[in-house]
Parts: sequence; structure tokens; C-alpha cells
Amino acid sequence: MNCSTPSFRGEIAKLPLLEIDSLAVDYRTSRGTVHAVNDVSFFLEKGETLGLAGESGSGKSTLGLSIIRLVPYPGVIGGGQIKIDGRDIVALPEHEMQTFRGTKVAYVFQDPMISLNPVKKIGAHFVELIRTHEPNVSKKEAFERAKTVLKNLGIQPERINDYPHQFSGGMRQRIMIGLAIALNPDLVIADEPTTALDVIVQAKILDLLESLRKAYQMALILISHDLSIILERCDKIIVMYAGHMVEYADGTELHGRPAHPYTQKLLQSIPNIELSDQKLTAIPGSPPDMLNPPNGCRFWPRCSCTMEICRVKEPLLISIGRNHLVKCFLYGEKGVQSE
Amino acid sequence: MSEIVRVEHLKKYFPVQKSVLEQLFTRKKKSVRAVDDVTFSIKKGEIFTLAGESGCGKTTTGKLIVRLLKPTSGRIYFKGEDITQLKREELRLLRRKMQIIFQDPYASLNPRMTIGKAIGHPLEIHGLARGEEKKGKVLEVLQKVGLTPPQQFMNLFPHQLSGGQRQRVALGRSIILEPEFMVADEPVSMIDVSLRTTIIDLMLGFRKELGLTYLFVTHDLAVAKYISDRIAIMYLGRIIEIGSKESLFKNPLHPYTKALLSAIPVPEPKKKREVIELKGEVPSAINIPPGCRFSSRCPFKKDECTKTEPELVEAEKDHSVACYLS
Ligand SMILES: Nc1ncnc2c1ncn2[C@@H]1O[C@H](COP(=O)(O)OP(=O)(O)O)[C@@H](O)[C@H]1O
Ligand SMILES: Nc1ncnc2c1ncn2[C@@H]1O[C@H](COP(=O)(O)OP(=O)(O)O)[C@@H](O)[C@H]1O
Ligand SMILES: [Mg+2]
Ligand SMILES: [Mg+2]
Repeated sequence: MNCSTPSFRGEIAKLPLLEIDSLAVDYRTSRGTVHAVNDVSFFLEKGETLGLAGESGSGKSTLGLSIIRLVPYPGVIGGGQIKIDGRDIVALPEHEMQTFRGTKVAYVFQDPMISLNPVKKIGAHFVELIRTHEPNVSKKEAFERAKTVLKNLGIQPERINDYPHQFSGGMRQRIMIGLAIALNPDLVIADEPTTALDVIVQAKILDLLESLRKAYQMALILISHDLSIILERCDKIIVMYAGHMVEYADGTELHGRPAHPYTQKLLQSIPNIELSDQKLTAIPGSPPDMLNPPNGCRFWPRCSCTMEICRVKEPLLISIGRNHLVKCFLYGEKGVQSE
Repeated sequence: MSEIVRVEHLKKYFPVQKSVLEQLFTRKKKSVRAVDDVTFSIKKGEIFTLAGESGCGKTTTGKLIVRLLKPTSGRIYFKGEDITQLKREELRLLRRKMQIIFQDPYASLNPRMTIGKAIGHPLEIHGLARGEEKKGKVLEVLQKVGLTPPQQFMNLFPHQLSGGQRQRVALGRSIILEPEFMVADEPVSMIDVSLRTTIIDLMLGFRKELGLTYLFVTHDLAVAKYISDRIAIMYLGRIIEIGSKESLFKNPLHPYTKALLSAIPVPEPKKKREVIELKGEVPSAINIPPGCRFSSRCPFKKDECTKTEPELVEAEKDHSVACYLS
């Protein structure tokens, strides 16, 4: 990829926890190649929360999974770098990657039953996880640690001998979060952790995630199709559209001065319970077929500001302010806003 | 405004399969009380919403009203006529006036039927139009639901459409008979937010154009607030609060409604809200707590709450609540 090196890179002196540079992830399917993640660059510092927002199919999970190198077949990292503590993991041998997962970066999936073994007691899940990564820890010790984690999750420690199916959906997601933090990683990636849950349970789980994040001093990448949740919970936000990172800013900035036409329209299409007589606007058209996306900017067929160049050239991710990046020709071709 | 639909003391209990041991040792029949004594009416031209968490009985209520399910007890009236006991042929005629659409448009469309066939199908079933006349009507409907150019969409199959487009097909199919009443069960819940507004706008448009009345079913109170005139909040098979949108959101009265509203995410940065904490989780609809069914989780429970179930009582104009505390 010959694309951008974002201009914010010089702004930071110390090494970020996570640094992604010009990442591309492709699915090479029999029907053609899906460029699911294209030219994505950002960094994340210790303890920060980053939200990945975007509609289904926009590449959020693919991006998240690439950080733990678990992009499913036929997906491949087609280019770019993913540095964790300064170390590029893209070419890391799998056995080294395994130690990374859990101890450095942990992943929470939307469906807890994917990761929980139905015939294994909850306690056994924790013991196995802990002892795989810390072989010197005795079974008993691991068991005790698991109990402490359960308590922190708001689950009675006595339930350590129950099976996954004996818990409700919300409780299972708590357990997943518990397994994710059990090895005290620096970064937790939570991929739609509450999408299958009702709002009351969702609020509790997100509160739990937030308090654990603070207590364990972890960074969090929260992935959600629900921009409301992301705005409520995250410091920084990336908006994805059809595999492109179209905007990056902190929450206040993104909400107050959304720059990309897609972000602007998206914000106008979310119902807000605190407003009365809100008028929602629709975004015309549909997201593209990812096997056959439009040339140039992937949003142009739905954009009300389309210019000639948008149809032929892919805009670069450019800086339009402190920590504010946008991938749109409205802001000029080099980052200077044209009047 | 006149009343178009009314349900009285509607109940739907589903039998629970007992294990062999249970069959041997217990006589008592267990059942899921999916809808447990629900009474409300819908005025012509309004959008009336059933809201609440999953499993509270919204879908079952909607299916009972259009008679896709038979109630265990209670009455259903459509334009004054008791439709609770209608038989096959009468039901077929009723379907022309009452329609239902579901959350997953993919599941409700035949994958081997073209869009044009699917939309025209109701006309065929009811023997209302054939050949060129049918085709004309189908094209008109495609235009109405924004699937343009209609000539082109006619010949596509469901898998060639996006989720939003499929929901438009479902909408088109349900309005082609020009019904008076529609149950819309989570019609936008599986659709991405950028496409939702279009579907909602279409629905609002049909209300004006066709004089359609809706029973809207949703778990999403932000959407409910946007679209509804009146809202009923359900909990474990019952309506615990009902009122005009304005008074319900401005002045929620039931502790459950308050908790529910406090948990809804607001699209604003780092908004700090007081989420009202509830004890535990929703109990099973097989073992509904005695007295007020919310009492097992209520932070304000008093003695009387566990004895008898509170009825809906009008607290202010067009706003009723079933709670001893308000
Ligand atoms: N296993 C796979 N094989 C082929 N294509 C895939 C696979 N997983 C995802 N994709 C495609 O990659 C794109 C991004 O998917 P995903 O990362 O899951 O998006 P999101 O998480 O935002 O919904 C989509 O177009 C999807 O169809
Ligand atoms: N066919 C059925 N058989 C048994 N139980 C059912 C059936 N349909 C629904 N239920 C149960 O009835 C309750 C209400 O379900 P439903 O009406 O689908 O709720 P909602 O639409 O509010 O999510 C739930 O406990 C559900 O499990
Ligand atoms: Mg995903
Ligand atoms: Mg339902």
C-alpha cells in the first residue's frame, strides 16, 4: 500500500500500547477478494478507550480480530503493521502469538457460547486459562483467583462449580469479561459485547467493563454498531464505512464537529430519547457490495456532497485538527480545508 | 378518534413440556404465561407501541391480535366486531384488513420467489387481481416502497437485496391489499441505523396516505419515542404502564419504566447518567412472582406488593400505571 502515514504520528513522544499503520485485511473468497479493512491507521495509549463504530459489514470485527491475529479463513493481513508495545505482531510466529493473547490482548465476543465449553464448569475455564499461561500456579491457587474474579464480576463465588448453561445471557457475558481480564492484559477488545442483551443488562455490563478497566488499568477497544454506546463510553472514536476508516476523533469533537458526511448523516439518524420532536434524516441507498465496492470514496454513491474526484480517487486519511482525522475530499487533497 | 382494535383480558399460556420424571410425580400443569391479562385499545390512525425487554410478551400479543395464535382466554375486537372465535374463511377475509410484518424479512420471504411474485402473492390468494392488472399494482407498490426502478426490482430474488430492501418488500406485500391495521413487529431491529429512517418514514407515510393504523412492537424505546403516539410498557406478560408518549417519557411512574429509561444509551459524548439499579434478572414466565410481578426486583417493594397484583390505574390524563407506590 502506498497510502498515508497519518500526520498525528509525530505528536506523541512515548511508545503507544497499540499502533496500527496502513493496515489492510482481505478475504480471498472464491467469488473474489473482499477488502474488508483498508488503509487503517491509529494508535492507542495505555488505559485509553477507543470505540469502533460502523454498520454491519463495515469491517469492525475484522479489524479487531487482526489485532489478536485471529482473522478467520479466508482472511489474510494484506499489508501494514500492528505494533503492540512497539513490536510488530503481523509476522510473529503463532506460538509467540499465543502468549500475547490473554496476557497482552484479550477478546470478548458477542456470543459467549462461542468461547465457553458447555461441558466444562466455569471454574475449570479459569483454571485452564490461568495455568496455560502461568504453569507455576497451582490448581488451588488458580481456583482461588477465579473466585476473586467472579466476586469482582458480581457473581457469587459459589457458582464457580456451575456449567455455562446454568447462567443467563448477561451472566455468561460477565464470565467472558472475567476470562478476558483474568490474566490482567493491557488491552481488552470487546466486540459487540452487549448486542444480544436487553438494555438494562447492557448498561450493567458496560458499567462493569468500565469499572474493571479502571481497576485493572487496561485499555479498551469497544466495537459496536450502536454509536450511542460508543459516544457514551469511549474517549476516542473511529467511524468505519465499508472497510474504510472514514473518521477518527475524540467523542466530544466527533459529536460536536463531525467532519465526514457519513458521520454527520449517521448522527442525524440516531433517535435520542432525551429529545422531543426530533427529526431523523435518512441516508439514501445502501452500503456497497463488498465484493464490488465503488471506485474512489466508498461512500460517494450515498453522499450528498459528491464531487467529480470522489468517484475516481480514494481520499487519504488526513488531519483536520488535533487528533481529528477524516478521509474525505471536502477537506482538500492534502489536509488543508478548501473554501 | 374512533377505536379500531380492542383487547380485553387477553391471555396466552403455552404448555411446558415436562420431563418424564416430572410427568410421573407432578400432576400440576406448568405453563409459560406469555401474555397474562392484557387490556388496551388502539385508536384509528394512531401508532400504538408495545415496548419492553425480550420475552415480555410483545410478539405473542401482536400474533394474537391478527389471530395467528389462539388466545387462552380474553377477547379481541376489530372495528367493534368480536374476532376472537373467527373460523378459517372469516379469518381469510380478516387478513385483507389486518396485516403483520416481522423483524426478519429474510425469514418471511420465500427465497425462490421473485420480488414481484412475492408482492403480488396476496392479490392472488384473495383472487383480487391477475395478469396485467396484478402486474400494474405490483409496480405501483414497488414504487411506493421506494424500490425503483420497479421494472428492475420485480425480477430480483430476496438474496439479491439488502436487509433494508427486503423489509421494503415485506412492507409492500403487506400494503398491497390496502389493509386498515398493521402489526409491525420489530420491523427495523435488524436493519442498520442508516437504513432505518427510510423504513420508518415509509411507515409514517402509509399512515397518512392509506389511513393505516399500527401496532408497533419494539424493544428499543428510543425508536418507540420517535414513532409512537401512545406506548404500553410490558413486563412478564403484563402492561405495567401505558400512556401518551409525551407524559410517559416526561413523567415515567412505574419503577420498572424508570429503570428501563435510565438504561437507554444516549448518543452524546461521555454522558453520565444515573442508571437505576434493579435486583437480579427477569424471572421466568413459568414462575411469575405472586402479587406485583415486578416486586422481586423492585427497589421500593412494600408488604402489600407481594400480596395482590396491582391493576392499571389512571394517574394523569391518558397515563395509567399498575403500581401501589404511585
Ligand atoms: N469469513 C469471511 N469470509 C469472507 N468474507 C468475510 C468473512 N468475514 C467477514 N467477511 C466480510 O468482510 C467484511 C467485514 O466484515 P466484519 O469485519 O465482520 O464487519 P463488522 O464487524 O463491521 O460487521 C464484510 O463485507 C464481510 O462480508
Ligand atoms: N410457541 C411458544 N411456546 C412456548 N413459549 C413461548 C412460545 N412463544 C413465546 N413463548 C414464550 O412466551 C414469552 C413471551 O414471548 P414473546 O411474545 O416472543 O416476547 P417478546 O416478543 O416480548 O420478546 C417468552 O417467555 C417466550 O419464551
Ligand atoms: Mg462484527
Ligand atoms: Mg418479539
